[in-house]
Amino acid sequence: MDKFSYINATSLEQVTSLLSESGWGEVMLIAGGTDLLGELKEYVETPKTLINLKTLPGMDGITADASGLKIGALATIDDIARHPTIQHHYTVLAQAAASVATPQIRNVGTLGGNLCQRPRCWYYRDETINCLKKGGDVCYAVDGLSKYHAILGGDPVYIVHPSDLAPALIALGASLKIVGPEGEKTLSLEEFFTLPATNPFRENVLEPNEIVVEVTVPQAKPNTKSFYLKAREKGAPDFALASVAGVFEMDGKTCKTASIVLGGVAPAPWRSKEAEAALTGMMINESVSQKAGADAVQDAQPLNDNAYKVTLTQNLISRAAMMAAS
Amino acid sequence: MSDKEKKQGTSISRRSFLKGVGTGTVAATVVPSVLIGSENAAEAQAGDAISTATIQLNINEKMYEVEVEARTTLLTVLRDGMDTSGNNVDLTGAKLICDRGECGGCTVMVDGKSVYACMMLAIDAQGKKITTVEGLANGDDLHPVQEAFIKHDALMCGFCTPGFVVSSAALLNENKQPTLEEIKTGLSGNTCRCGTYPFIFDAVKTASRKM
Repeated sequence: MDKFSYINATSLEQVTSLLSESGWGEVMLIAGGTDLLGELKEYVETPKTLINLKTLPGMDGITADASGLKIGALATIDDIARHPTIQHHYTVLAQAAASVATPQIRNVGTLGGNLCQRPRCWYYRDETINCLKKGGDVCYAVDGLSKYHAILGGDPVYIVHPSDLAPALIALGASLKIVGPEGEKTLSLEEFFTLPATNPFRENVLEPNEIVVEVTVPQAKPNTKSFYLKAREKGAPDFALASVAGVFEMDGKTCKTASIVLGGVAPAPWRSKEAEAALTGMMINESVSQKAGADAVQDAQPLNDNAYKVTLTQNLISRAAMMAAS
Repeated sequence: MSDKEKKQGTSISRRSFLKGVGTGTVAATVVPSVLIGSENAAEAQAGDAISTATIQLNINEKMYEVEVEARTTLLTVLRDGMDTSGNNVDLTGAKLICDRGECGGCTVMVDGKSVYACMMLAIDAQGKKITTVEGLANGDDLHPVQEAFIKHDALMCGFCTPGFVVSSAALLNENKQPTLEEIKTGLSGNTCRCGTYPFIFDAVKTASRKM
């Protein structure tokens, strides 16, 4: 790691003001640090200053009441995975949190960090490679090794978004509170993430002087079943090869509404409107669930090494739908 | 950069000055010895930029005063750090292996929870209770996990063992009677290249009966 100076944050105003004084990458934010320190050790980022957010008071809470769920950006992933109300009423989120990395990382990694973590692409993470994402001319995954890359929404940068929490939260209809120099704003978490076609350098719409402070999730509807299914290469902690966050409002075996968001297959969490349409209003059975999976990947454009993700994604969606009906 | 090099780059007089005016460190507070934009350490306030700092760490219930750079990891302090009296911290049980928070060799407990010491900045460990594998035994009385690892021969080369022992102890801290599945999940952040997992799982099961 290069040297940096360290500032313990005292207030959101101070943080946004410090961020406003510099451009991208000069002043960076650190909470759990499990993603950022990896980037610093690989010299992918070389900030002059880190602002430690952990000293900000009152940003690590989780509250659940009749209005829904509020989770501070500094809540740890372990806090989310173990929260009894989240386990009971927002199951997809508890399952997603429990699937993140390892106990050691869940103990320090935060919600805000998980949502804002950078891609794991091996070209992006290699300091010697100036790929398209880092301002170069080429996304090397296109002609290079692409086993872990995007099958949907990739053009022109084929990273996948590594977050497990994001697909689950989007499927639950979460909103995100962001604070900037002009005050706070709220947007849907789905709108927070962007595709490379919009901006190849970023994965979200956060401005250089803004900070994610809280996620809110509306109250779960009655008769809702939700699941997070995550396929990994081995039976060991890892990022998703493909994952499905499914939230189903059920009436017996009939699906009243379905919310299907994919992880690990696109540069942003990927809502599958096709799968949702194939399930909504339907009595779920084998053929309906398989059609939902097939519809979700009909526009997939795999690279040289990742066609397996098409089948994998399709089957995960079918499986989630069958679980909702069982 | 080693801590020895860092020491040479630090002004003794400033440290003496700090002590002289009684500006000690308190839990969760960094007292910077070098400030950007200010040479006077006594003016340090929350929100100032710190590039190096004298910090107090509670490791295995003993206080260590160490000088660190902002970028110094907890693992570096444990293994290669030197306290301000010139004594090596010398807690080399936590291993530097992947240095990326993947292998688990550097696992220590911070406030009773397992963390990767390679992915935690030392200045973030202030005010917290750090327990390394050296701090688990009570004198000659081994921790039940350590006893069980010996009983079940739960190691081959042994390089990953300190990390596994700490992760096992952290798991049993919060779950006294884990199932096999819970043991596997609890130890999923540690890797054994010799593949001694079944023996490790048996050892944790045995230790859980003694906790």
